[in-house]
Amino acid sequence: MNVPIQKIAGYAALLVFGAAAPYLFPAYHAQLAELWLFVVFALTWDLVGGQMGYNSFGNVLFVGVGTYACAVMQVGLFYNVGAYTASDGGNATIFTFNVAQYLTGLAVGLPVAAVIGGLVAIFFGSIILGMRGHYFAICTLGLGVAAGQIFAGWEWVGAGSGMSSPNAPAKIGDITQLLYYLAFGLAVITFAVIRWLLTTRFGLALNAIRDDEDKAEAMGLPTKRIKVTAWCVAGILLGVSGGILGNLKRFIDPIDVAFAGETYGVWMVLMAILGGKGTIWGPVIGAAIFQVLKEVFWTYLLGWQRVALGLMIVLIVVFFPQGILGWAREKFPEMFGHRIDRGPAREPAE
Amino acid sequence: MTAMLEVENVSKAFGGVQANKTISLTVPEGEIVGLIGPNGSGKTTLFSSIVGQYPIDGGSIRFEGEEISTLRVPQIARLGLLRTFQQTRIYGQMTCMQNMVISASVRKRGFGELFHGQHDPHVSKYAEEMLEFVGLYEKRLLRAGSLSFGQQKLLEFAMALMNEPKLLMLDEPTAGINPTLINGLIDRLKRANAQFGITLFVIEHNMRVIMNLAQHIYCLAHGELLAAGTPDQIRNDPNVIDAYLGAH
Repeated sequence: MNVPIQKIAGYAALLVFGAAAPYLFPAYHAQLAELWLFVVFALTWDLVGGQMGYNSFGNVLFVGVGTYACAVMQVGLFYNVGAYTASDGGNATIFTFNVAQYLTGLAVGLPVAAVIGGLVAIFFGSIILGMRGHYFAICTLGLGVAAGQIFAGWEWVGAGSGMSSPNAPAKIGDITQLLYYLAFGLAVITFAVIRWLLTTRFGLALNAIRDDEDKAEAMGLPTKRIKVTAWCVAGILLGVSGGILGNLKRFIDPIDVAFAGETYGVWMVLMAILGGKGTIWGPVIGAAIFQVLKEVFWTYLLGWQRVALGLMIVLIVVFFPQGILGWAREKFPEMFGHRIDRGPAREPAE
Repeated sequence: MTAMLEVENVSKAFGGVQANKTISLTVPEGEIVGLIGPNGSGKTTLFSSIVGQYPIDGGSIRFEGEEISTLRVPQIARLGLLRTFQQTRIYGQMTCMQNMVISASVRKRGFGELFHGQHDPHVSKYAEEMLEFVGLYEKRLLRAGSLSFGQQKLLEFAMALMNEPKLLMLDEPTAGINPTLINGLIDRLKRANAQFGITLFVIEHNMRVIMNLAQHIYCLAHGELLAAGTPDQIRNDPNVIDAYLGAH
């Protein structure tokens, strides 16, 4: 059994690569940080959409509340949030943050974003996770859109004109690099948590719900609690990712950044499908390929980038719905630990 | 002999269709009780009402003396009252072993234990024993969805045993099973009853099977209880013969 050693080496190589990436590609800090956030998006989407079979189009809800929760904490610890947003959504010359204030803000803001994301998931999950299939999907779509509109009408957080993330003090150096490592760390944690969950009975229960929820219920599994717990895990991790995203983008627009259903909301589904739904590495691979393609389109097809992206979405969903790892699993089932039937059926032993 | 399941005056209607009309029956602890009746006579509806899938219109259902007609499906299952489905239901994309492991009794386990690893040696060993018991041990690493219909039926039975129920309600356990395997299955049902002490309540269309299996049989027709008695009494009851042959 030398497979585990290879596996450990593989993980170590990835970790080293992740840690060294900002130095290898100094011009792409923001894109690389965004890539790790995309990994979080895709992995958490797949936990509920792929492993549990509940397609959600509203996971941006948790990103959005995380974005605002973190920013409000970062500002609110030191200034009046209403006054901050009233001054051009956060005037950088009036509202300054020193190094200690800025780091404290992040250290408090990100955990608060996690808690809020989790609580929002529990609250809405308890209400709508009783619905199945398309009804759940449509309902989540509505939640994401509604949340964006509510925040776009909320004066205290800047309403439709949004709010700036706190301006990082010059002394702190390259803030994007710090955010990169936060995003990278979150992606590693997300991967570890979901990988662990899938080795537990909980992971089996998610798959059971995906395959036949009525049966899972009839066997006595507390399906509602399992579903809400899974969504809550996604909500917590997405809440933190939202906090990082807001700081990375420097400006929080309620519709285009926080509750960006048309972009992040669709992309997270697409990345999971592209890589392979219901696998642990699929969403990671899907996110990486997607981010590269997206940046290429934005660089070389400017003006047509959204057309190209839309075309790609259609092509993937129509011609490649099982994704890269889903396809590989069908071609080489043995590599994924699946057995195929070779022996004849046998009568019950007497 | 104490009554494990008591159904009293249970009625259930779907719109204008009266699927069950004031049905009363008793399943004593440790026995094998049969439920027969022509197609559409309300057998499966009664099963679904008992396990909490359909809210009943009237009457009372007691399991071990406790009223369960207001409980929900998973709660009733956790009390130890389990049903299998007429249209076999297994977790198709998971392996047989995974199907078994997740079916391990949740009655004795709290929610927190869901976060224990999948490879508990006791659970795995019992799962392998139960798969061996129904003759699916060799198939344990296959995807459950790749099994034949009959094998899926056996797997569903093994999953039910894995759950260690007190009362197991089987909806047509031999339908779709290769006739040469039916005797083996009857033997397994009897052993589940005798060795594991599981009370059985069985819907069955195959008269040879149910007459061979059950100590007591209830017969439904048009949603009403038509007859009850030992297999011999049922076999010779003119009402039962009429219901099956369509005489008036």
